[in-house]
Amino acid sequence: MTTDTLLKQEVRKARIMGIIFLVFALGIVLLFLPGTTGANRTTFTLNMTRGEALTLPDLTFGTLPGLLIFATIAAFLGAWQLARGFRNHNAVLGAVVGLFVLAFLAWAARDKSMNITGMVQSTLLRAIPIVLAALSGIMCEKAGVVNIGIEGMMLSGAFLAALMGSVTQSQWGGLIAALIGGGLMAALLAVLAIKYKVSQVVAGTAINILATGITSYFSSRYLQTNAALNSPATFRPIAIPVLSKIPIIGPVFFNHSFVVYLTLILVVVIHVMLNYTRWGLRTRAVGEHPRAADTLGINVFKTRYINVILGGMVAGLGGAYLVLSSVARFDELMTAGKGFIGLAAMIFGNWAPFGALGSSLIFGFADSLQTKLAIMRVPIPSQFLLMAPYLVTMIVLAGVVGQSHAPAADGVPYEKE
Amino acid sequence: MSEQKPQLARSWMAPLKALGRSVAVPLLAVATALLIGALLIIITDTTVIAAFGDGIGQGFKRAWEVISVAYGAFFFGAFGDMYHFTETLRIATPYIFAGLAVAVGFQGGLFNVGAEGQYFIGGLTSVFVGYSITGLPWFIHLPLALLAGAAGGALWAGIVGLLKAKTGAHEVINTIMMNYIAYRLAEFMLDVGGPMARPGYRPVSPEIQPSAYLPQFFPSDTTIRFNVGFFLALAAAVLIWWLLFKTTLGYEIRTVGQNPRAARYAGISVPRIIIITMALSGALAGLAAPMDILGVIHFMPNAFASGYGFDAIALALLGNSHPAGVVVASLLFGALRAGASNMQGVAKIPIDITSILQGLIIVFIAAPAIIRALYRFRGLEKGEGLITTRGWGQM
Repeated sequence: MTTDTLLKQEVRKARIMGIIFLVFALGIVLLFLPGTTGANRTTFTLNMTRGEALTLPDLTFGTLPGLLIFATIAAFLGAWQLARGFRNHNAVLGAVVGLFVLAFLAWAARDKSMNITGMVQSTLLRAIPIVLAALSGIMCEKAGVVNIGIEGMMLSGAFLAALMGSVTQSQWGGLIAALIGGGLMAALLAVLAIKYKVSQVVAGTAINILATGITSYFSSRYLQTNAALNSPATFRPIAIPVLSKIPIIGPVFFNHSFVVYLTLILVVVIHVMLNYTRWGLRTRAVGEHPRAADTLGINVFKTRYINVILGGMVAGLGGAYLVLSSVARFDELMTAGKGFIGLAAMIFGNWAPFGALGSSLIFGFADSLQTKLAIMRVPIPSQFLLMAPYLVTMIVLAGVVGQSHAPAADGVPYEKE
Repeated sequence: MSEQKPQLARSWMAPLKALGRSVAVPLLAVATALLIGALLIIITDTTVIAAFGDGIGQGFKRAWEVISVAYGAFFFGAFGDMYHFTETLRIATPYIFAGLAVAVGFQGGLFNVGAEGQYFIGGLTSVFVGYSITGLPWFIHLPLALLAGAAGGALWAGIVGLLKAKTGAHEVINTIMMNYIAYRLAEFMLDVGGPMARPGYRPVSPEIQPSAYLPQFFPSDTTIRFNVGFFLALAAAVLIWWLLFKTTLGYEIRTVGQNPRAARYAGISVPRIIIITMALSGALAGLAAPMDILGVIHFMPNAFASGYGFDAIALALLGNSHPAGVVVASLLFGALRAGASNMQGVAKIPIDITSILQGLIIVFIAAPAIIRALYRFRGLEKGEGLITTRGWGQM
């Protein structure tokens, strides 16, 4: 009976998936074909003018045939899914969404040229603060502490990065200050959540509000009146020898500032640490079943304190990135919800570092699209295009990925018996 | 019965003492937050620092002057005269609705981070009904415009509830996504040349018909912006209290909130309750916007006052997810904001100090142990502190 219903659910899910693929194919046809004629040609350029070793030719194709090919492949995948079914339908869904995005880009760039490499590069850059926010969340939640206060920790990090980066005239001074700022806010969360057993959502909300208030107050008292306090030294891009010369891959991955490299390394490090080290095992034990962990002699409180404070430092790094690698100044509320988007990326990525990276890239892409489209003068109101990534996230989350699984003891204060 | 005996044996003073203790923590929390705020104002005031250079006495004198000017303006701004007192109530009005929205969600075990988006959508639907329909008497037009706001918010949040109920998609992500979609939709609608923009070069909606105005409470004095919206908010709080604690539906909502598995075994349709709770929550958030639009500004600007979404979370938490608590918390936030805006005008203290005070108050009320340690008194033994929401609301 139960296996039967489970099977039915699977079949239903597979069907819905096939229909979603077909909807995307139909979307390509209905949204992009009208207004495209056989004369339109799309050019994708692949070179950045940053001294790659060899120049790739531009990719030029007829817009109409291109769109038809994309739509056909998507429709075929949908039909195959309905008739036979793919084993790994999430991967196929990714491919179909990718086809849709390609079709959109081909349509948007008809009779113009679009730099695909530049697009991918800015996607990565805009994903960086979101990845860091998500990693911060993972660090805390794997140990069983919900961190709603990422936004506030990032904001504190950004503020101190700007202030100390200006005072010391060193980006490293700013970076260290940001780590301390994020860590201090996290320590407050830890004390409230672990020692005083305040509801973690309450404590996180309090931290967001406090951080907003403190940074805005000091900013309008000092940074706005004294520009010397808000002009930090910044990190310059470091081109990695040889690797940065490779076309496409070079500019996308190997020509960035220190914080970007550090973030990508952190994704790997946190993944390895969580899954293959003693610390990771303890962290996960504390997050899943603190009582059992305690019985085995793991110090639940200590583990949680360490993880939350480290998580806060990662969030502070996110704030530092915004100031020291991006805009070179602090603005009130400059995190603009990135902490919350990071939280969404964390859940979407199923509490795993690489999952978080993947879902952050979706939001990063949305963000980079925004600036590109403003330049390209696309005839759809830009607001609708800007909604698209959020809609896609909702659709993917609803139809396909299904429920993500939080650590079992997430958000539950631990009381020693 | 035997459990009730100790209570009967207590002196008649016991309830009074309990009342005193339960009021003491919030009062001391507010007082302590104001004290820390005063310290902050002093240490960031250059004239005070300079005066301390001239001598300790001079320094304290100047510090006292600065604080009395600032907090004088603060309290005057919150309660000083009829205008300022009614401003406090006016600012509290949308807070009550938004706070109730999040509180209802919490009661049902749902974390509605999307009050902000629901507020935007409620604003759009309400202002549309407000300006596009003409020739109706006020007693039809006004309720219609309010209803439109509620419906817009309910729809916006209901989608999230539906997705949660049918697919298990997490409401926190989806309400955040819906927030961004709402911003963009409002931007599209109200941008110059947009479908709901007025002709000209300002990204705002047309003026609503006077028949959709929320009536002013003091029609003779046009400077006072206080309107009947405040009483609607109070009525909504009573209604929500009645719904949550006196009806079957409310019982079902709270049961699903506390233990969805038990609710399912008790024969409650959990998906149905999730959708209803979310829609109800959205309707309340959607009603916050008409309080500003129909009551005060009478049109909807593109870059609308934002920040309600997160303030609403704080209000629900402070109010312990209880309607009466939300009303009290909203009045407090209203007073803080009204006071701080006057303080900014008179004493040039950045209005951002409100957020600092709010944050501190939440910390102190959520962790009463800190306040008790500071002022050395015992607390209630059990049932103290705030309701905790369950992590990510696992089902």
